Amino acid sequence: MELTLDILSWILMTTGGLFVLIGGIGALRLPNIYTRMHAASLTDTMASILVLTGIMLQAGFSLATIKLMAILVFLLLTGPTASYAIANAALLSGMRPDAAETSPDKAKTPTEPSA
Amino acid sequence: MIVVVFGVFLLTILVVTAVAIVRTENLFVAVMLMSIFSLLMAANFFILDAADVALTEAAIGAGITTVIFLGALALTARREEAVSSGRMVPLAVVTVLAMVMIWATFDKPRLGDPDAPVHQHVAPWYLEKTPELIGIPNVVTAVLGTFRGYDTLGEVFVVFAACIGVLFVLSAGGLRDRSKEADAESIGLKHHLIPKVVGRLLVPFIVLFGLYVQFHGEYGPGGGFQAGAIIATGIILYALLEGETNALRALPRRVLLGMVVGGALLYTLVGVAGMLLGGNFLDYSVLASDPVVGQQVGIILIEAGVGITVCGSLLSIFHAFAAREAS
Repeated sequence: MELTLDILSWILMTTGGLFVLIGGIGALRLPNIYTRMHAASLTDTMASILVLTGIMLQAGFSLATIKLMAILVFLLLTGPTASYAIANAALLSGMRPDAAETSPDKAKTPTEPSA
Repeated sequence: MIVVVFGVFLLTILVVTAVAIVRTENLFVAVMLMSIFSLLMAANFFILDAADVALTEAAIGAGITTVIFLGALALTARREEAVSSGRMVPLAVVTVLAMVMIWATFDKPRLGDPDAPVHQHVAPWYLEKTPELIGIPNVVTAVLGTFRGYDTLGEVFVVFAACIGVLFVLSAGGLRDRSKEADAESIGLKHHLIPKVVGRLLVPFIVLFGLYVQFHGEYGPGGGFQAGAIIATGIILYALLEGETNALRALPRRVLLGMVVGGALLYTLVGVAGMLLGGNFLDYSVLASDPVVGQQVGIILIEAGVGITVCGSLLSIFHAFAAREAS
């Protein structure tokens, strides 16, 4: 029982860490603000669920688990809201979510209109 | 071992962040990096087992200071002006100072060394006597509130003086035209429906958590400084969501100033009450028939004073920045 819980929580936490890593790579490599934020925010939400569930399994039935749940609820409420606020602010300040725009460098030199 | 590795990792990122803050010319980026710097510092304090300091650093450094810096940034330029000359002298001074400081660390005792002078002086006495004299589990609160009551009183007056100073400096210019405010209010966060809804949901819980930190400070990490900052964060969030006018309607300026003065006065009066009841200034033992209970009553009262002053000061400073017209 103990071992099963340990393995399960280990799997959850490692997967969560992996999600953070993927989000970080995405935030560095994707071309514009919307795609970057997409990478960072979705993976972060998933990672916080996984990591905190993993820690909860370690904590067992105790006060710590309830505190961790409160933290999880807080993160689930604020994380996506913050991403939304950033995206909305970017949109209001005039950044267009342009699918053709592949990189920030190319965005500055407009491509020739295709006939 | 793992703590050391983690600590070195955190300190490395800390140095990288500090260099990035110095190098960037975009002040907006610098403010965000300062926030990250504070958060890393808080994590550092936490792995050094200084939970109280970590809480303060996270609430004030990463939270409120960022908002106040952004408020200041709204009044000035976004970019640092390029400095072309006269950098050699500061560079030389900083280099020499850094060398001296690094050289001085060679004489420092190792991290966590039990034979270090700091652990040989009064710390063992505090640890030994706190359960007996004060009867509360959190020694940090006992040291802050009772053994070092004068220091904490001084800190409260520093916060008080700083708040008055900032208010004097900021009220020198023109305040924002009141007639425009209705206009600004209607714009508000109209486009930000989701943050507004979620924020409204969070504000009461943030204030509640602040009160928990305030009154649980004797049993766990926390106390007046942290609680004041957390409650101020909640109210600043309200001000950001609902507009400054609405926040001032809920907590007018004169109430905030009353908090700044009242908290410091409460602290002082607890000290004076001790004198009137036959003890020394800031000796809480005489506040109740049982000296241990008296100490606890005293700590609760002065922590409340600290919290009220800190909360009032931070909110006053925030509103002072928000009320300024961008020039």
